[in-house]
Amino acid sequence: MEKFISLTDTAVPLEIENIDTDQIIPARFLKATDREGFGENLFRDWRFDKDGNPNSKFNLNNKKYKGSILVAGNNFGCGSSREHAAWALKAYGFKVIVSSYFADIFKGNSLNNGLLPLQVSPGFLKKIFKAIYTDSSEELHVNLENQLIKITSTGEAENFEIDPYKKNCLINGFDDIDFLVSRKEAIQKFEEKTFQF
Amino acid sequence: MKKTLFDKIWDAHVVESIPAGPDILYIDKHLIHEVTSPQAFNELKERGISILRPKQIVATADHNTPTENQHLPIKDLLSRNQLKQLTKNCEDNNITLYGLGHPYNGIVHVMAPELGITQPGMTLVCGDSHTSTHGAFGTIAFGIGTSQVAQVFASQCLLVDKPKKLRVNVNGKLRDGVLPKDVILYIISKLGTNSGTGYFCEYAGNVFEEMSMEGRMTVCNMSIEMGARGGLIAPDETTFNYLEGKEFAPKGEDFEMMKVYWKSLKTEDDAEFDQEYSIDASDIEPMITYGTNPGMGIKLSDSIPKNTGKSDEKALEYMGFKEGEFLIDKPINYIFIGSCTNSRIEDFRTVANYIKGKQKAANVNALIVPGSRQVAEQIKAEGLQHIFEEAGFSLRQPGCSACLAMNDDKIPAGEYCVSTSNRNFEGRQGQGSRTLLASPLTAAATAIAGKITNFTQNFN
Repeated sequence: MEKFISLTDTAVPLEIENIDTDQIIPARFLKATDREGFGENLFRDWRFDKDGNPNSKFNLNNKKYKGSILVAGNNFGCGSSREHAAWALKAYGFKVIVSSYFADIFKGNSLNNGLLPLQVSPGFLKKIFKAIYTDSSEELHVNLENQLIKITSTGEAENFEIDPYKKNCLINGFDDIDFLVSRKEAIQKFEEKTFQF
Repeated sequence: MKKTLFDKIWDAHVVESIPAGPDILYIDKHLIHEVTSPQAFNELKERGISILRPKQIVATADHNTPTENQHLPIKDLLSRNQLKQLTKNCEDNNITLYGLGHPYNGIVHVMAPELGITQPGMTLVCGDSHTSTHGAFGTIAFGIGTSQVAQVFASQCLLVDKPKKLRVNVNGKLRDGVLPKDVILYIISKLGTNSGTGYFCEYAGNVFEEMSMEGRMTVCNMSIEMGARGGLIAPDETTFNYLEGKEFAPKGEDFEMMKVYWKSLKTEDDAEFDQEYSIDASDIEPMITYGTNPGMGIKLSDSIPKNTGKSDEKALEYMGFKEGEFLIDKPINYIFIGSCTNSRIEDFRTVANYIKGKQKAANVNALIVPGSRQVAEQIKAEGLQHIFEEAGFSLRQPGCSACLAMNDDKIPAGEYCVSTSNRNFEGRQGQGSRTLLASPLTAAATAIAGKITNFTQNFN
């Protein structure tokens, strides 16, 4: 897994609540058998009209906004467990998603792919949106080591929470499979001493 | 400390707890399907790791499958390839597959319970968020992503933080015409779509105790729609009666022994929950959604609430509805009765009972998709298919179908569909489609009337 330590970049605002994984990657694009190529269909039905023309009102098509940080409304990633949503965001070029709340499965999927789901308070989220709307070249600084996110121009900052185990995985690029396989002996012992369905 | 049903099962499955980190949770059963498994098989192959416990995995094909002419090769090349891949992966790794055409084939959350694969006290996972369904048996069951599918392949375990505990109590008497689907839609509309995030939810109270297993599955199925990873209902005689004699349930003495254990799986008095809600059953009426998330639901007889936020405005604009508007009498051209929420035999009996001797309205396309081959056979055995045919409903072969529209069963852009499925997200049932979630009875009544109707008015 790719490591994540810190990042300073501009951000794309998507001030919509309850963005579900069907919007992030619609079900009709889930027929692939590998992890490649999902980026081009990210937010497909919001980015393009039914004839395939870009929707100019959607912020991913707005030249003003670019960068590897996506800032989204409350409860991002709700709905289906499809990890394709995390793959699509990553393939498109996002490295951090900022929201005031993440759905559980999406959060886990992101962390398993080196994509940082960064939860801020609703108040700080408002400040970030305001800063980006005021100046689209506003940069956000994200430091995983210190668990800090900062709005560069104003210096306003907030600490964020992350599971210490997951933080360690991201910083070092470790993943859960390596760890679980290393615990095989303990798992087998558990199987021996407990009831097996 | 007093233990909840959830604690009892979770604690019995912890292999190790990592200090200041997650638990290593042992997984008893792993269900897989064609859409979220191929990349996990690839992952293991690339790392040169073999599947640790193939016998604890059961596969089915459901998401991508056509609901007509299942005996013919699948027309869509990508779908066909995905199913081929599943077959090959299962063959290569000695995994049992109930593929298309197999008598046990069906939607993963319908076929596993009806075969007795799902049992109380188990931990069960699947790369599908509606795995919460299996909690109806007193099972810790939750949806996982593909990386986690690979983790379970490799180790039969998952690294997970123990979720917080939530209990929703519903007591009292349900009104006539109120189905389990209405109960869960009501709960989600009251608590909101992220009220359950970070929690496992136990449903308690006489309403759930009196519910059939099919009804309990409908309720637990939609736990994820309020953000909860899973739902749970304590196993009881209803559970045991349902399980007894099922293909993979324990038999004879083994069954009796397991029953003793299963009976111990109850939340102790005075056990603490992190959050608890109580609802009076008589407040619940048949429900319908008007927006683009399952929490945007109202009683059939109510008007759309006045909203404030931008996101709600966006949802209403997509749906073509206005604040304060009533949904009663809205013409509807599409009805879908199916999905892992409502495609079990009891759902189709309810529908058949309502539409018997009636005709669907001329404007309506009414699609009925059983959850499994076994349900489809049961529909025939009970003669329900004649009732559907005579009423002008189209009875298809089993699969996920128009719930997520990965196959050809799509609702056209701009059209409304009253659907018994679980998600009303934008474009969920096809690009531009507009979904109104409701119970099988509400869907059936809409099909007959050709418009949304307050069918309970005709009840005595």
